[in-house]
Amino acid sequence: MNALLSSALHASAALVLVLLNGVVLVFMLRRMIGRMHLRRGGLHAGPGGVIQTAADVLKLLSKEGTRPGGVNRWVYAIAPMAVFVPSLVAYAALPFSETLRITRLDTGLLFTFAVLSVVPLGVIAGSLASASNRALIGAMRVVARQLACSVPLLLSVLPVVMITGTLDLGDIVNYQTGLWSGAFPRWFAIPLLPSLAIFTTAALCGLDRTVFDIHGIEPGPESGLAGEYSAMRFGLLCISEFGNVFVISALAVTVFFGGWTLPFVPLDLQSSIGPVVFLIKTYTLVFLFLWTRSVLPRVRTDQLMDLGWKWLIPLSIVWIMLVGLVVKASLPGTVV
Amino acid sequence: MTQDYVALGVLIVAGIAFFAFAVIASDMLGRRRSASAEQILTEDGTQPIAEPPVRFRVGYFVYALMLLVFDVGVVFLYLWAVVFHRMGAFVLIQMVVFAGVLVSGLVYAWKEGALEWR
Repeated sequence: MNALLSSALHASAALVLVLLNGVVLVFMLRRMIGRMHLRRGGLHAGPGGVIQTAADVLKLLSKEGTRPGGVNRWVYAIAPMAVFVPSLVAYAALPFSETLRITRLDTGLLFTFAVLSVVPLGVIAGSLASASNRALIGAMRVVARQLACSVPLLLSVLPVVMITGTLDLGDIVNYQTGLWSGAFPRWFAIPLLPSLAIFTTAALCGLDRTVFDIHGIEPGPESGLAGEYSAMRFGLLCISEFGNVFVISALAVTVFFGGWTLPFVPLDLQSSIGPVVFLIKTYTLVFLFLWTRSVLPRVRTDQLMDLGWKWLIPLSIVWIMLVGLVVKASLPGTVV
Repeated sequence: MTQDYVALGVLIVAGIAFFAFAVIASDMLGRRRSASAEQILTEDGTQPIAEPPVRFRVGYFVYALMLLVFDVGVVFLYLWAVVFHRMGAFVLIQMVVFAGVLVSGLVYAWKEGALEWR
């Protein structure tokens, strides 16, 4: 009973986090893009545009949930769930501090990627359910883009696993505590900079979806599923996309930037501020992602596919072999 | 360990329950009109020109095959990476051979033009 109670508490905490993250990111996006694109409408209602975000939420709650004609009812109803639930479950393995995490999975890293890979399934299902060919073509394109980036994303963190020998995200964080030669934090971002570069590029491509464009693009083929849903279903799709931005940034922080730990600070002082450090690091990365997307132009689909398949995959395989060679040359183990 | 999977199960159930709650609450809160114009299917304001499901290019299928090959390959790479530092240098050679087979598939697809987005 106690276990069930604590997991129920964890689950509700995760839900609150996902929803709050959605609201915070909408607010952040409106402010950032409002200033960067000189579209300052969103900044005027209330101090710093707070009321605008509140109005957004109220609007989503009170709108009529229309359903386009001719859809397959059941698949149409379930598809957004197949997008929303995985992006909630993806929070399960993230270590917010040494003790604060929903589950302690040995396979945390692989689990998070596996769960996130369910999302395209929901996108395809929703578009197949609709009677609109535009939605189908758009979803096919969106999924093709995402999948082209998912393989390099998986490959890019492999050197970290090779060095730490674990998929447990908490252990990967613990490996990065302390300093190298007394001056540099033992973050994998420093020795494995190419891995970080591949990860960020692939993540930017994979996240290059409606989420960053939602205020700018008219509903069209590229918006895929978002054009088919309205009211709360649309809101939940948005929240899950914002959630994915958070999860990818949190993964990067965990794997490359020491997670909830800080360098130069004694470990026993850190246990209480761990979650705060983790959130600050993650939102810094989220900010960088949003910044890049709001400044650079959209990438064409064919360029993006080329980048994923012809550049990032060969590069990451070469890099994995290089890391393997260096690791084996510097610490030779027993020959099997 | 069991507790972790219980927590995972609870999280999945909570996600589904919240989704159902939010959608039903929104349907009850939102105003309802049975305007027939909303039911007419349009694609960006124009009448659809083809019956769904539309045919799409075979290119997607080739990419899907490539993805299947690489995703399965990557699962093996993860297993390999976990034990990598505990094993001898020979595992590196084994993986070079394995990755060589994978990459030769990529090179073949590249040469055949399967990676051209047309």
